[in-house]
Amino acid sequence: MAEVTFTRPEFRVRIDKELCQQCGRCAHQCGWGVHKMDEETGYPVPDSSKCGACHRCVTFCPAQAILVEKNPLAYKGSDSFSPELRKAVWRQAETGGVLLAGMGNDKPYLRIFDHLLLDACQVTNPSIDPLREPMELRTFLGRKPDKVEVEYVPDGDGVKPKLKTEMDRLLQIETPIVFGGMSYGSVSLNVHRSLAMAAKELGTLMNTGEGGLHADLQPYQDNIVVQCASGRFGVHADYLNAGCAVEIKIGQGAKPGIGGHLPGEKINEEVSVTRMIPQGTDALSPAPHHDIYSIEDLRQLIYALKEATGYKPVSVKIAAVHNVAAIASGVVRAGADIVYLDGFRGGTGAAPTVIRDHVGIPIELAISVVDQRLRDEGIRNRASVIAAGGIRSSADVAKAIALGADACAIGSALLVALGCHLCQKCHTGSCSWGICTQKPELTRRLDPEWGAERIVNLVTAWSHEIAEILGALGVNAVESLRGSHERLRSLGLDQQTQEILGVKPAGIGH
Amino acid sequence: MSPDSATIRRVPTGPARRGPIGAEPARKVAGQPGTDKGAVSHEGTQARIDAGGVYYKTLNEQIREEMLNGAQTVILENVNGQRYIGGGLSGEDVRVVINGVPGNDLATFMTGPTLIVNENAQDGVANTMNSGLVVINGDAGDVLGYGMRGGRLYVRGDVGYRVGIHMKAYEDQRPAMVIGGKARDFFGEYMAGGELVLLGLGSDGEDIVGSYLGTGMHGGVIFVRGEVAEHQLGKEVSIAPLSAAEQSRVEELVRDFAGWMGLDAEEILERRFIKIFPYTHRPYGKLYAY
Repeated sequence: MAEVTFTRPEFRVRIDKELCQQCGRCAHQCGWGVHKMDEETGYPVPDSSKCGACHRCVTFCPAQAILVEKNPLAYKGSDSFSPELRKAVWRQAETGGVLLAGMGNDKPYLRIFDHLLLDACQVTNPSIDPLREPMELRTFLGRKPDKVEVEYVPDGDGVKPKLKTEMDRLLQIETPIVFGGMSYGSVSLNVHRSLAMAAKELGTLMNTGEGGLHADLQPYQDNIVVQCASGRFGVHADYLNAGCAVEIKIGQGAKPGIGGHLPGEKINEEVSVTRMIPQGTDALSPAPHHDIYSIEDLRQLIYALKEATGYKPVSVKIAAVHNVAAIASGVVRAGADIVYLDGFRGGTGAAPTVIRDHVGIPIELAISVVDQRLRDEGIRNRASVIAAGGIRSSADVAKAIALGADACAIGSALLVALGCHLCQKCHTGSCSWGICTQKPELTRRLDPEWGAERIVNLVTAWSHEIAEILGALGVNAVESLRGSHERLRSLGLDQQTQEILGVKPAGIGH
Repeated sequence: MSPDSATIRRVPTGPARRGPIGAEPARKVAGQPGTDKGAVSHEGTQARIDAGGVYYKTLNEQIREEMLNGAQTVILENVNGQRYIGGGLSGEDVRVVINGVPGNDLATFMTGPTLIVNENAQDGVANTMNSGLVVINGDAGDVLGYGMRGGRLYVRGDVGYRVGIHMKAYEDQRPAMVIGGKARDFFGEYMAGGELVLLGLGSDGEDIVGSYLGTGMHGGVIFVRGEVAEHQLGKEVSIAPLSAAEQSRVEELVRDFAGWMGLDAEEILERRFIKIFPYTHRPYGKLYAY
């Protein structure tokens, strides 16, 4: 019995031999080795058990001879003990290990964004055509003053107004969409290059994640946020100064409260240089920062980073958890210029499946309660709120801003633009699309210029759509939608959720 | 003077600060935002700053300013709790001498300089330090050398919890820390590289280190002068005698440490050292089902 596995393949790969040209491209393209060419017949022989339905072979088969389908194998029905749960039990009974998964929570929890509807103007108040009239998407992230004081200084014969209030340094972004932190090590260097080029072109920000900053990305530093996480990989004074802001990563939506283990196999020479750790040893990120056990300690690190960088803005990334409003309040009081909220659908390169699927709360609720808490306490101006973790479209961005976010961060959507098919096998390190891998034969599949162009296209298209939404709402600046719960209505949400969101049910007028 | 009875200067703690609940009593010691710069006097390439009552941000600006203006040595007088001294500072041939007790996060992200503290230090010394030397002529607090990647930290006296946590090495950057006195729990936790040396001077038969020594350790090495009981060890580490090369490395570090502290290195080295090391570089390699 030793070699028998009970887990049957999730997909079935079939080759249409009438169409197959025996070119062997499928065998070459698959990072997991699904296709093996049979020397005698000349046809590929697929091993379906390795397939993740990433469509790499399907995309590159010149004859369209490959079919990937769901394995129709029937399981005795049980709504309680689903085939998926049974398979998990079998795998763990075979290995004794913790199950890992990549990308975000895929469980069928309520998707609140899909139960929110935006308003539009009709008759009594005119809508605006964004194609003909200016529409302001530019956003400033960072600490805004409690009040603005103006003084009048002599100017020729008269006087002219001059800003008396000393402003903190702000980050200017041309659209309310930034890129979430994805480390070099979890994704390939070509992904980082694509993101950096696109961020510069779009006038927005990319985020290094925890893996340090590769020397090739130095020219893009005005559009790069460098991250300082618990493992402190690649963190030194020059690195901190290499970006336009620093982010302290406390938590991540996909794995709140969990550290990270980048396995030694992924620490190749280049990753080792960037992370400043020896090749082949595990890169372990502790679950907490061991110099942060309190809000006071967080303040200490925020100001240590400000001291080391000449007072650049500091962002603090936290996962959306039950007590997120109080935590965010503490983060703002600790001196953060930006609070980055990551919801429970946020992506990851690898997380224990049990954590990914069962810990944290939806970003929609987190935005609303954090925004409200900061307003109630009179400190909303002290920090910007970035919402992330489950932002899949421009509609989600608009809804998140209406719930109170200053801007949104996207990660999974960017990778999908680069070819990711959400197969969720990032943790295997053999991504056939060259995204979540360090194998040179795979990473070279992603051309950074092509990648940058696709990301620029995506974000530009979303920005146009946001402008259309604003126009329909009759406002001409994203600023006017921010925290405007009145422009949202709910459809099919329970009363308590509506109250938390500050949203009326559809059908109720003003 | 025998090293085991080496006098460690301790700063007596004062009476508890009293004041109305919720209101901070008026104080000028650590400085307030917007306070004036400290008085400076110059002597050759040496600058002396009176840090008494100067706000930490102002003081650190002053230190950087003096160094930009060519000061090789900056002496700080009347330091009392100012944070981040040496934070992000860089330069190979520069030195900061601190008279008084500096605040938390001394030498954070520092690259190169030498910092000498003639009193006790607080928490977070050498946090994520890249290179340089920090000498503390007294005790120091918790979480020293967190994520430290290079340079050396010498502490004459005792240290608190989680010291040397997640220290790491990279190519020729090999951080080293020598602690003259005792250390508390979680010494060398999560350690990924570098060297920790614990001397336990003046321990008078007490345990020289707390529990969970080297928990989660997956790189680097800890040298302890004396014995450690099995129950004090983290589950990822083992004890072994030193190889000849390791013994000479310990001697090198101890001699350098003793030179800075004015102690007798040979007397310290009379006692046997043990080595604590991780038995795997992949402590969690078998944790997951791939």
